[in-house]
Amino acid sequence: MSSKATMGGDGRRRWLRRALLAPYLWLLLFFLAPFGIILKISFADPVVAIPPFTALLDWSVSGLAIIQGTFDNYVFLFEDNFYVTIYLSSIKIAAVATVLCLLLGYPMAYFIARQRSALRNLLLLAVILPFWISFLLRVYAWIGLLNNHGVINNALMALGIIDQPLPLIYNDFAVYIGLVYSYLPFMILPLYANLERLDLDLHDAAADLGARRWQVFVDVTLPMSIPGIIAGCLLVFIPASGEFIIPALLGGSDTLMIGRILWDEFFINRDWPVASAVSVVLLLILVLPMIWFQRLESRQMESAT
Amino acid sequence: MMNDEMTSADESRNTDLAETPWLDPEAKPLIQIQGLTKKFSGTTAVDNVDLNIYRGELFTILGGSGSGKTTLLRMLGGFERPTEGRILIDGVDMATIPPYERPVNMMFQSYALFPHMTVEQNVAYGLKKDKVPSGDIKNRVTEMLELVKLPSLAKRKPANLSGGESQRVALARALIKRPKLLLLDEPLAALDKKLREHTQFELMNLQEDLGITFIVVTHDQEEAMTLSTRIAVMNQGRFEQVGTPGEVYEYPINRFVADFVGNINLLETTVVSSAGGQIRLACEATGGELTAHCDKNSAAGSLRWLAVRPEKIFINKEPPLTDDRTVLKGIVLDLGYFGNLSVYRVQLPTGTVLQVSAQNRHRTARQTVEWDDEVYVSWDIASAIVLDR
Repeated sequence: MSSKATMGGDGRRRWLRRALLAPYLWLLLFFLAPFGIILKISFADPVVAIPPFTALLDWSVSGLAIIQGTFDNYVFLFEDNFYVTIYLSSIKIAAVATVLCLLLGYPMAYFIARQRSALRNLLLLAVILPFWISFLLRVYAWIGLLNNHGVINNALMALGIIDQPLPLIYNDFAVYIGLVYSYLPFMILPLYANLERLDLDLHDAAADLGARRWQVFVDVTLPMSIPGIIAGCLLVFIPASGEFIIPALLGGSDTLMIGRILWDEFFINRDWPVASAVSVVLLLILVLPMIWFQRLESRQMESAT
Repeated sequence: MMNDEMTSADESRNTDLAETPWLDPEAKPLIQIQGLTKKFSGTTAVDNVDLNIYRGELFTILGGSGSGKTTLLRMLGGFERPTEGRILIDGVDMATIPPYERPVNMMFQSYALFPHMTVEQNVAYGLKKDKVPSGDIKNRVTEMLELVKLPSLAKRKPANLSGGESQRVALARALIKRPKLLLLDEPLAALDKKLREHTQFELMNLQEDLGITFIVVTHDQEEAMTLSTRIAVMNQGRFEQVGTPGEVYEYPINRFVADFVGNINLLETTVVSSAGGQIRLACEATGGELTAHCDKNSAAGSLRWLAVRPEKIFINKEPPLTDDRTVLKGIVLDLGYFGNLSVYRVQLPTGTVLQVSAQNRHRTARQTVEWDDEVYVSWDIASAIVLDR
């Protein structure tokens, strides 16, 4: 072995290691550091000052470091029924939207996966196309559609089907429409990726052994697409439960979602510590199913090798 | 089963015909394929195929990729709808019968084992769909796993099986419903050579023991030769020849079959004269006249091919003295030593190269015929095959 070659290999490996650090650096800078700040604030007390919270770390006169933290904010969240109700309502709304996305997205993904490749790419493009328009604009567009004098109500009234405009907007219904519309691609894409890989010989084999079409679906397609279903559900459920724009623009005053409360605490009440505690708890609620999914996936990887 | 109850009258009828039902005009075929055609948007995958297959046969469809053999198999399984023609199994037209109701099971080339089910669940699947009582399922699965020698792997997932084990599970799963007909798509292609040879014989024994009719699709002519009762050589959607392995190998009916099944030397010739079962052919490639046996009389001047298998050709350093042999002189261009036999490429003065293979009967490390040796190649005129297309 020549020393030159070894050095070259080492150099390349060192570069590779540095390159692999990049995503970690990214996470550290833009996720972990901000999260650390939020976590810190969640243990502080609110004050009328800039910044509007007490410092966690202080120096005593004798030069000792003093850590002054409080769990009051968290205690407050769970003492007050208000926040618990909103967490539950957020989870409920996100869960219902996720189920609706699954019911709509599964047949769509299945259909796309079974097309000729040219048509398949076209259909996939159609699924991704809305991403080329700003999310905010697309939600605003729904206001134009669902309004009392919006496209839908006007059309229905012009046709004489209804006399009074239907209450389509500023309620939970509109929030569900917005959530399903916005997050459907996140359900379709992982499901498609899963279903497209499915070996069609397995379908034939099941049919050959006596399974009717629906039995082939129940026995083979469905169980084999579970990883896709879980991935799609998490991709919809997680952002939907923290969603702010959709309930703010389309929801009514009685649509309780944690994203709006977070906004109110930060910007209206200027209670940064409570707002931080709200977001930390939200994160915990969302991280737990993620960990569970990761476990499931790694276990599946193990059994596959 | 049925076979045990055969009457003595049946047995005494004609044992030869029992072995070769396709020669018995009274035998009722299990599978009747009539004018079967399959077109895929313009291209014809299977082109007007007729075929009868009899109970207990191990029938092989041999062909290259794109010959239509897999499409034919998939039509038998019910996964493709014929464009024209029909398939009868035990006299029943299969046209409207979906795969899940056919008395046919298939072993897929990819094995297509359900990855989320254990070996046991895979094998039991067919019985479950038939609503067989669970006690019976358990017994039959155990029995079947013993038959394919895998009882210890019942609880494993397919991902944790070797290629040979997967193949057996696929076979067990396809056999458990005791189909009238088992379709096997390249059953041995994914196995390594040693295992393939071993499995070949197991497959034959299994087929004989169970008395199930097998249709095997393969591109491997050796596999087809060892396994089959009969072979259909398929090319461009049609059968070139249907016959026993011996017929197909020794009496190919055209150049495609001669070339596809085994190795062969093909020489282009023109007829000089033909009479009394002998034919004389002028051959530019060998620079002279060649004689062969031929039943058909052919007009002088018409085009013929003379085909000789490498193992039918003798190679000597001295001119052979026997009559009725074609003898040609040449130089050893190439020599391949395979241990059990040696393959020579002998160049004639005209430049034509003939392939000759010879058994190494004597134990010696030194070859008697070496590179660049001047040699005589010869064959019995009865060994040469005359082909007109």
